[in-house]
Amino acid sequence: MRAAVVVFPGSNCDRDLAVAFRNEGFQVDMVWHKDTELPQGVDIVGVPGGFSYGDYLRCGAIAAQSPVCRAVADFAGKGGYVLGICNGFQVLTETGLLPGALLRNAGLKYICRTETLRVASTDSVYTQGYGAGAEIGIPIAHHDGNYFADQDTLDRLEGEDRVAFTYATNPNGSQRDIAGIVSQNRRVLGMMPHPERAADPVHGGDDGLALFRALGGVLAAA
Amino acid sequence: MKARVHVMLKTGVLDPQGEAVRHALGAMGFDGVDAVRQGKVIELDLADGTDEATIAEMCEKLLANTVIETYKIELL
Repeated sequence: MRAAVVVFPGSNCDRDLAVAFRNEGFQVDMVWHKDTELPQGVDIVGVPGGFSYGDYLRCGAIAAQSPVCRAVADFAGKGGYVLGICNGFQVLTETGLLPGALLRNAGLKYICRTETLRVASTDSVYTQGYGAGAEIGIPIAHHDGNYFADQDTLDRLEGEDRVAFTYATNPNGSQRDIAGIVSQNRRVLGMMPHPERAADPVHGGDDGLALFRALGGVLAAA
Repeated sequence: MKARVHVMLKTGVLDPQGEAVRHALGAMGFDGVDAVRQGKVIELDLADGTDEATIAEMCEKLLANTVIETYKIELL
């Protein structure tokens, strides 16, 4: 199993994500933002958290136009798995791989704490390791995590069971408490909370581990 | 040639920064400020003859996120 983790100038969760992948048996390649193609045979691409390009213009906007993002979009277009966390989620919405946008938190404050999430859909390689409706503790760390989409898009996401995670108590003003969504083919997941920061007991919690474990299990069998 | 692009959040999209500015103005004693919307202005220094369609493409692809924002191009 092979994972690629994209590194932008300003990424800061790239190595944490690589560790989470490695712990589940993935061989991990770090891919620089100027690279125009992904390593051969990659099963999943991770787009990590951080502050790509200093969050200039809009969070994720400039990263979305980088050479590597064109390769990631091609990969997703061919049915590849892509996991975007935090700034990675913002990048995936800016590339158009996921609908909606992430606005400034409604309370205007940067929030860094563990939130309780509900697993809203278990129908994805990322969430099938959780029980339906399970409550899990996963850290968030963002200033712009307020998920926004128009009402039709929100209805469609809910109707197609594409809301992967919701917040038990909405910290940032996200529409319909959305913390993470999947693409139509259910292979691209974007989420603001950081499962890679809750993937080992020494992190103070390991509720994120089931995500990486399920992913590894599916991709190993593929 | 120069162009100025005005980017604003769409009507109906919550603008917490504008709302914070409105609160601050009220606290300073400026009465009657019903709403504040905050946007950004981007000035472009362009090769002469750049057509507006090209600038619009820049807006669509990068300068604005049309999911949440509108843009207006002003040629100077």
